Amino acid sequence: MKRRTFVKGLTLGAATAASGLMAPSLFAKGKTVKVGVLHSLSGTMAISETVLKDVALMTFEEINKKGGVMGHMIEPVVVDPASNWPLFAEKARQLLTQDKVACTFGCWTSVSRKSVLPVFEELNGLLFYPVQYEGEELSYNVFYTGAAPNQQAIPAVEYLMSEDGGGAKRFYLLGTDYVYPRTTNKILRYFLHAKGITDADIEEVYTPFGHSDYQTIVANIKKFAAGGKTAVVSTINGDSNVPFYKELGNQGLKATDIPVVAFSVGEEELRGVDTKPLVGHLAAWNYFMSIKNPANEAWKKEWAAYAKAKKLASAAKPLTNDPMEATYIGIHMWKQAVEKAKTFDVDKVIAAVGGQKFKAPDGFTIEMDARNHHLHKPVFIGQIRADGQFDVVWKTKGPIRAEPWSPYLPEDKGKQDVPEKMTKKS
Amino acid sequence: MRHLLLVLLLALAANAPPALAIDAAAVHQLALGDTSEDRIAAINALVESGDEQAEPLLRALLAGSVQTSGDRVLIVSGDSAVDAVTGQRVSPLPEDASDVVMNNRVRGVLDAAVSALRLVSRDRDERLKAARELAEDPRAAALPIVRRALARETDPDVKGVLEIVAASIELRAGARAERLAAIRTLAASGNPKTETLLLPLVAKKPDGSFAEADEEIRAAAQASLAGVRGRLAWGERIGLVFAGLSLGSILMIAALGLAITYGLMGVINMAHGELMMLGAYATYVVQNLFKAYAPGAFDWYLVCAVPVAFVVAGAAGMILERTVIRWLYGRPLETLLATWGISLMLMQGVRSLFGAQNVQVDNPSWMSGGVQALPNLVLPWNRIVIIAFAAAVVAGMWLLLARTRLGLFVRGVTQNRAMASCVGVPTARVDTWAFGLGCAIAGLAGCALSQIGNVGPALGQGYIVDSFMVVVLGGVGQLAGTVYAGIGLGLVNKLLESWSGAVLAKIAVLVFIIIFIQKRPQGLFALKGRAIEA
Repeated sequence: MKRRTFVKGLTLGAATAASGLMAPSLFAKGKTVKVGVLHSLSGTMAISETVLKDVALMTFEEINKKGGVMGHMIEPVVVDPASNWPLFAEKARQLLTQDKVACTFGCWTSVSRKSVLPVFEELNGLLFYPVQYEGEELSYNVFYTGAAPNQQAIPAVEYLMSEDGGGAKRFYLLGTDYVYPRTTNKILRYFLHAKGITDADIEEVYTPFGHSDYQTIVANIKKFAAGGKTAVVSTINGDSNVPFYKELGNQGLKATDIPVVAFSVGEEELRGVDTKPLVGHLAAWNYFMSIKNPANEAWKKEWAAYAKAKKLASAAKPLTNDPMEATYIGIHMWKQAVEKAKTFDVDKVIAAVGGQKFKAPDGFTIEMDARNHHLHKPVFIGQIRADGQFDVVWKTKGPIRAEPWSPYLPEDKGKQDVPEKMTKKS
Repeated sequence: MRHLLLVLLLALAANAPPALAIDAAAVHQLALGDTSEDRIAAINALVESGDEQAEPLLRALLAGSVQTSGDRVLIVSGDSAVDAVTGQRVSPLPEDASDVVMNNRVRGVLDAAVSALRLVSRDRDERLKAARELAEDPRAAALPIVRRALARETDPDVKGVLEIVAASIELRAGARAERLAAIRTLAASGNPKTETLLLPLVAKKPDGSFAEADEEIRAAAQASLAGVRGRLAWGERIGLVFAGLSLGSILMIAALGLAITYGLMGVINMAHGELMMLGAYATYVVQNLFKAYAPGAFDWYLVCAVPVAFVVAGAAGMILERTVIRWLYGRPLETLLATWGISLMLMQGVRSLFGAQNVQVDNPSWMSGGVQALPNLVLPWNRIVIIAFAAAVVAGMWLLLARTRLGLFVRGVTQNRAMASCVGVPTARVDTWAFGLGCAIAGLAGCALSQIGNVGPALGQGYIVDSFMVVVLGGVGQLAGTVYAGIGLGLVNKLLESWSGAVLAKIAVLVFIIIFIQKRPQGLFALKGRAIEA
């Protein structure tokens, strides 16, 4: 294990040295503002996070072309924390103290966010976090542009229990072993209890990061399903999804019998999978690439052109997904807030982000809540198509407000829907 | 559903479906309907109409190749389409065509409708498949057609499945005598679904009374349930052993190359995992070449990828031996550091060439899916192939070492270098060949791994610890030890996993190995006699 972390450290050193050398020379003239990008470009999370770095760079370029933020050109500082959680904290500290970035866009897994959180709070930094997560957190220094559980997990399970979703009576909660799946499943268990489902009909199973042998688990799902109509709720993260879905397909588990709804599988994760046996399995997100509206068409075109111009590995088949959209929204909200506050000062920008509106590719005008640092988002449930895209089978009428503290958890009763630091100030 | 089946029955009897024009209203309701209820009603209406056009439409809906443009419903294939109502060809596709999306509930009904249509097919395999699908989801309305199909069915396999379908339906809806007979028929089934059917009969209500009032039925159900469970338990046990064998074969093939380089030659090769990764990337490159230049022969790209992976990894290994490892024989610590450095270089090299992201290696179609060994046990083809492949590699290596001149030289040099040199064995060249062989087998392992897991620059990292574990546990210097240790670890890991979960199983195996090595440092199989050098 020691060797592995050392390996990652070495490769990371090389990568950051390279990016550090290249970035400044491009923006030598004029006023600039440094912005950090903190995503794993190697290791088990690279499958999901690499594109977020690319879409962030694309958005910076788009903003720079239109004159930058208040006349300042954005100068990205890209670092690679290599799917190594303690390294996230080190890299965050480096961004805030050495590079003195005005704002950081980054993290995917909750364990990485928990790892950088104390750093951002201590140094009063600003982080935009673009991925759906388990809630139970509200920091003055973080804006959450992904979904809270009531904007993803709860609607998805409600759908599974509905007649159209198959009327599931038993739930197999399967996840990677870390804070996001454990907390989400805890909330879901309370939620299912509230809906009258007993512990006997709920099975909770975890696998390590990077797990690649799902034979036993798929066999157990089949056995569990003999007891009644079953649905699988998957919070598997990273590249373990590929062997899991391969095993599902090979063991002949069909979506019409046992649907699997995933919270961390989008268009990008399905890139490495033969999706024909998976048709009908579900995912819940706040955006799908297949959504049809002018804003999305324009955004997809912009991304395809960018991927082609930069010769990205994905240029042959450019895909967009929910966290990419959340990254894009987050960067624009930050830009608008800076322009409203007329300064890059973190406290003033934080005060200005609340209430910002942005016409997002999901087809709605998305608003940042004035109090709780979360976006109001629409919820979509999509089912996998043979070409790796999703068909929307259910959606909310419009954006819904995030509830970072779950109303189903007894310990969340009476918690303030606003960061603690703000209540102290006022 | 009931109507649909009535019409089907008529069709069966008359053997000539009435040629009516397709019901345009039903087609529209199906494709453009707002709710699932609308669509399900439309499916029933369509099948009821008995129109020959209905089946292709329903199949196209299942395949997701139906689009709507305005109020026209199109069955799309490639760049052109056929209007589902008029049968006209539409080419090119209209600009505003959008997909018809079916949720899982409607697709379930579609599945059943198509299976019901297929029960009367002339093709025996088609009928068997349809019957199996019905067995998965027996609907009360299907009973008349199942009985009818049973009466004219001659094939014993199809008949067996249909009998169980009929029994499952009668169990719920039939009279007392029919239900008892159905319970007895079900006892002979090994389908996991029958457990679901029988369970409600023996369940208790929340107030403690039995849900099924009839004592005799309850007792019969209990007996049948015990029989079904016993049969299912066998499926589970065999499945567990198969999973263990599969994991074991992967561990074994990953460790086999190391058994030569570390076990026989004593080189601590930390770059072993990266040589596996090279093999996997060689497979990826061959796959892409096939995709680009010989898409027709894509299913057989592995036949070509196996030797390529073998040669690429083997050549890399021989270059390594000639340039680095040769100068470090007898200095294990330096070898360890040097090979570790090489592993980093290889990883970074691949990352620069192919990117840090995982790459996609597709299974050929004959390796996708699985074989239904027992009603509740599907053995995936890719795992079966890898078990066979691992066995073939072990056999090949044993032949090479035990039966060829090169093998003789390798054994000679590892046992007594000075004496081998004296009798004229070119020891330096033998070292190169042996090291190359070990690395080439790592390449084969990479090729196998590309079929079940992720292919990325860090692929080798996940297996290097396991590989050393297998070699050390099996006993350094022993091929047989590697085989037993690999299979054994796989089985133990899977047994523990089914009992305690994946996370704990991994920890338990590591603890077990630490304790085992404390008690028996030489591993399972120790070399005896003079062969052991310092």
